[in-house]
Amino acid sequence: MNDFAKRFLRSRSGMIGLVLLILLVLLAIFADVVYPGDPWRMVGRPNLPPFSEGFMFGTDQLGRDVAAGIVHGARISLLIGFASSVVALGVGVVVGAVAGYFSGWLDDVLMRFTEFFQTIPSFMLAIVLVAIFSPTLTSIVTAIAVVSWPPIARLVRAEFLTLRQRDFVKAAQVGGHSQFNIILHQVLPNALSPVIVMASLMVAAAILIESGLSFLGLGDRNYITWGFMIGAGRTMIRHAWWLSAIPGLAIFVTVLALNLFGQGLSDVLNPRLSRSNRT
Amino acid sequence: MISQALKPVINIRDLSIALPQGADRAFAVQDLTLDLNRDEILCVVGESGSGKSLLAGAIMGLLPQGVTISSGTINFGDQNLTELSETAYRKVRGARIAMVFQEPMTALNPVLTVHEQINEALVAHGVRDSAERNSRILELLDATGLPDPATLQHRYPFRLSGGQRQRAMIAMALALEPDVLIADEPTTALDVTTQKQILELLRDIQRQRQLAVLFITHDFGVVAEIADRVAVMQFGELVEEGRAADVLDRPKHPYSQRLIAAVRGMSETARPVAPQIENPILSIRGATKTYSAGKSGFWSNSKRRIKALDNVSLDVGQGETLGIVGESGSGKTTLGQSVVQLVDLDSGEIRYRGQSIQAMDRKTRAQMRPKIQIIFQDPYASLNPRHRISRALTETQMIHGTPRKDALLRAQNMLDLVGLEKSALDRYPHEFSGGQRQRIGIARALVMDPDLIVADEAVSALDVSIQAQVLELLADIRKRLNLSMLFITHDLRVAAQVCDRIAVMRRGEVVEIGQAAAVLENPQHEYTRLLCDSMPGLDWFANHPMENVG
Repeated sequence: MNDFAKRFLRSRSGMIGLVLLILLVLLAIFADVVYPGDPWRMVGRPNLPPFSEGFMFGTDQLGRDVAAGIVHGARISLLIGFASSVVALGVGVVVGAVAGYFSGWLDDVLMRFTEFFQTIPSFMLAIVLVAIFSPTLTSIVTAIAVVSWPPIARLVRAEFLTLRQRDFVKAAQVGGHSQFNIILHQVLPNALSPVIVMASLMVAAAILIESGLSFLGLGDRNYITWGFMIGAGRTMIRHAWWLSAIPGLAIFVTVLALNLFGQGLSDVLNPRLSRSNRT
Repeated sequence: MISQALKPVINIRDLSIALPQGADRAFAVQDLTLDLNRDEILCVVGESGSGKSLLAGAIMGLLPQGVTISSGTINFGDQNLTELSETAYRKVRGARIAMVFQEPMTALNPVLTVHEQINEALVAHGVRDSAERNSRILELLDATGLPDPATLQHRYPFRLSGGQRQRAMIAMALALEPDVLIADEPTTALDVTTQKQILELLRDIQRQRQLAVLFITHDFGVVAEIADRVAVMQFGELVEEGRAADVLDRPKHPYSQRLIAAVRGMSETARPVAPQIENPILSIRGATKTYSAGKSGFWSNSKRRIKALDNVSLDVGQGETLGIVGESGSGKTTLGQSVVQLVDLDSGEIRYRGQSIQAMDRKTRAQMRPKIQIIFQDPYASLNPRHRISRALTETQMIHGTPRKDALLRAQNMLDLVGLEKSALDRYPHEFSGGQRQRIGIARALVMDPDLIVADEAVSALDVSIQAQVLELLADIRKRLNLSMLFITHDLRVAAQVCDRIAVMRRGEVVEIGQAAAVLENPQHEYTRLLCDSMPGLDWFANHPMENVG
């Protein structure tokens, strides 16, 4: 693991991503300290431009502090991004592992089931799910997870299909290890590298889906989110461009950070795929 | 005065090839001086990592990125190849120096027919007349002994057998009538019987065309078959060079002595101990297994059936080593895997100490299963890369109820037995060499205190000198622990060295079984005779007894 950390430190894009991510997470954690109180509150004159006295990012059409919205919005974006990825990862890994390890008819059934989800446009499905279950934090996380697990399942299945043929897996079978034990201890750890990379990119995708949902007004109304801010500022874009541009920038930076981080992980975990390292 | 005829075609002077920084040594090849003469076959022999393949790459101007020639010259006629520009090199490569690779499947372009590939080479080097090209192609394919060239030339590589592909490869190399042919382990990927044919073909072609052939190999058996002169390489240095007969009979350098002794040792059969098989530890009766190849999906049902095992019956006695010898596709691996229950038989029975394994209930079966262990071929795939050796050696014991402390102690003892340090326990598989990993694989089988070990090509992936060490280790352990062994191999020499009895398999059937010495010296079945005749270098080593060397 020490070696892993050392190699990651050397990956430039990975480190930039990691630093940005840490900053974002800190911002989200200390949101109440930096901007205490309800971010929905009206605190100043409406439509103040950025860098006005006391309002770094200006105010919106109702006089709410945009900077406070950004900081509090980071919480929801990151929370939903990570939570939905964890759920999708759990489902995807289990389905993929079972399908890949046992193959045969079980694999056929599970893969047809997976394809069923893959053939429906994912964002549409997410909208429909949220609309049916009313927009709450839980339903949004569930909807995003439901549309993002299939690629994970396919990836894990592909890894399992090749790994289960390896001699060390056969050796474990000969030793009388249980199937569960072999899946968990012999195969899964070896399949994990590409999955981790994919998961880090999936967080970024989840944040984008969440922003899209909020933009359409399908976000949880108890919390301020970046997508909602863009949606609300959209009508004012000629007069107050910053109302859409600043939350947009926040989404951009977060997604970029996650992508860089994922790229760095990929370089370290799959050294043979990276361009720069070793010949 | 050296006459024109004797002047070497290629002369290499003080050649050093530098490896990129961070490699395990600074130079792949160091201060190498070597001549290749017209009308001879020069065998460059060495184990993996000796730099022999990079030497070929340097002559062809095809060194991998980061590897460079740091000093010395390679003279080909009047040209110094090390100073040649890429454009000038293209005129030499293929046209005047041609190459045959180890793996013809990857060396041939899979989307072009044989005809198209040879044609392409001829066009590239300026043979304009298409009728002439066509007749040349047929002539070449005929010369390399391919059946029915007129039809075969329009086939794609995947339709050809391994031997046919290698013949097509040789035809391609000869297309432009080169002066020099470099063959990099051209027979290593082939079965022995095919290897024999290809070696004969190369020899014939070399004689007819008076080619200079640089033949790279790791196998002194092959050297004895084909070489006029031999150059032995170790760690990038030329340690010995001379006429084939001299080097084979009187190797001077200790390294060559070791390599040759390893091959010689194998051509001498093992002690004729009469094994007692009244109470066989394992009996196989009527084992049959059919694989269906091709798509077996939801809708389609078109399958091709391949009989991997066809009514095979065998016994393995207590303390006996039974060799299963066969070429690829003979079903020997399927047999081994069915014994350790990785493969379920279609019909037939496997009895362990008189009890049918198939008839056992789940619990008994789980208990007896670790008593039959397996050692795999590829030491790089047989250990979980994410687990330390301590875990690899104790895990299975603990599953069967051994307390952690005892399991660890036993793991230490077994590591000691296979000749590894105790400190190996805390390390990961990638920190070991191939030979060491194979020892760990053996230790993993032994910690379960098995009665029977299935060794599936257990030494095939190893270098000759390491092969000898591992075989010695296996023989030693067998004797000490009174183990029975099912020793699966494609190599008759290896089988001769370790087995009490040998069963020869072909296409899923056992064609001959008997005492090792009897099978090898007096084969009854024609297929066994063919296998024995194909063993490279057998005649040589049988007719030239080992001389006493220093």
